[in-house]
Amino acid sequence: MLIGQQTWEFTSRPRVLGTGTAVGEKEGAGPLGTEFDLVFTDPYLGQESWEKAERKLLEQAQEMAVQKAGLSMESVDVSISGDLLPHIISANFAARTNGKPLLGIYSACATSMEAVALSALLVDARAAKYALASTSSHNSTAERVFRYPTEYGGQKPPTAHCTVTGAGAAVIGHGINGPIVRYATIGKVLDLGVKSPWEMGAAMAPAATDTIVAHFRDTGLTVNDYDFIATGDLARVGHPIARELLKHQGIELDERFSDCGILMYHEDQPEVFSGGSGPACCACVTFGHLLRRIQRGEWKRILVVATGALLSTVSAQQSETIPCIAHAVTFEAENLS
Amino acid sequence: MSAQLGTRQKQYQQFLKGRQPARPVLKNSLRAFLAGGAICLLGQGIQELFVHYFHMSEKMAGNPTVAVLIMISAIFTGLGFYDMFSQWAGAGSAVPVTGFANAVTSAALEHKTEGYVVGIGSNMFKVAGPVIVFGVVAAFFVGLARYLILHL
Repeated sequence: MLIGQQTWEFTSRPRVLGTGTAVGEKEGAGPLGTEFDLVFTDPYLGQESWEKAERKLLEQAQEMAVQKAGLSMESVDVSISGDLLPHIISANFAARTNGKPLLGIYSACATSMEAVALSALLVDARAAKYALASTSSHNSTAERVFRYPTEYGGQKPPTAHCTVTGAGAAVIGHGINGPIVRYATIGKVLDLGVKSPWEMGAAMAPAATDTIVAHFRDTGLTVNDYDFIATGDLARVGHPIARELLKHQGIELDERFSDCGILMYHEDQPEVFSGGSGPACCACVTFGHLLRRIQRGEWKRILVVATGALLSTVSAQQSETIPCIAHAVTFEAENLS
Repeated sequence: MSAQLGTRQKQYQQFLKGRQPARPVLKNSLRAFLAGGAICLLGQGIQELFVHYFHMSEKMAGNPTVAVLIMISAIFTGLGFYDMFSQWAGAGSAVPVTGFANAVTSAALEHKTEGYVVGIGSNMFKVAGPVIVFGVVAAFFVGLARYLILHL
């Protein structure tokens, strides 16, 4: 149900019934390493190409989510998935394996929350009993698509991001256990003129801010209604910028405001630069860590604002500025009045 | 694009000033100097070996020296070290011939999954190609200038 201008409220209380996360070695060595279901030390996952490796991560995460929801793949009605690769081949090819009806989506690194929002909407509308939301990214496939060959020795600036190798999946449906998906605020595309693909944090910060402001406006909730608000992958450069932009809008946030790109890696891990990015960044941190904290009873309500930079290599080479988007989803605990 | 968005973009670009860490130019320059110098020193050493043990003239030793440096760079690229070294060394590892070798080898490695012809063959010079193109263009103009100066 639409409330306000761009927010959906899911009145039938769809839940996250099960989640699956699969990550690479670097992510496994990060502060959340033990929170992920599967950690693969082989970046190829025994496959012959990076693309196949990413697909494998996605398939593993999807299977894990379905299994942890206590279901089998047969009972999933629809899969909503997307990734960073041209023509979203990871999502499409993984759907060839799982054989489920697929809605392929793309909003770069904001794909995770777009998938969750759409899944919850379908479940809420009874268009699906169980919907599988998933996304993936692989550092080496993303390097090839957006930057240079993986072994090319280009020096990256401190504002760069490290694309997360991983995949996250969640089964959304009606049930008795699991965090409730309460609201989703669909973001507008915002472009405040950042051109450099090395400055995605700064490029995406206004989109995140815009969606957070819209969310509070539409729902009537305030900062104090939330135990935690996480942006997707603004990382150590973009996150403070978003914080400052929100302050200008009269929204003051304390340490309960963080970012999945910051949470993913230790600051001193080699070559993580300003922090993590990629659709898997927000997906793995949310499904692997943030939702668990709700289930452990530590938090009652959180907002996850996945951020995406909607550039392509062609648009960047043609010196276009970077349009960005952010989708926010509210997750709630069981016993919230 | 609306005028209003244009103004917002300008304001935001102004706002961003000083809010993003700049590239550490001084540190990068120092590292580039040290790493680039070290690579050149290595090259000098290899050249001396050719002169000493293979009794080549200094000029003759030039080509095999470059070949050895290219080989070392290609092997290190294949082993996955060169990009890590480059993150530290920056221009110091990019400017010498080893950087060129890395650009070619890394592209070839990257595209080997698409096969020898459409993969390696057509993508090998994806990164290094511009260096060749503009190197040839620059050489043409320098040659032309030299000819004009000497013969007119």
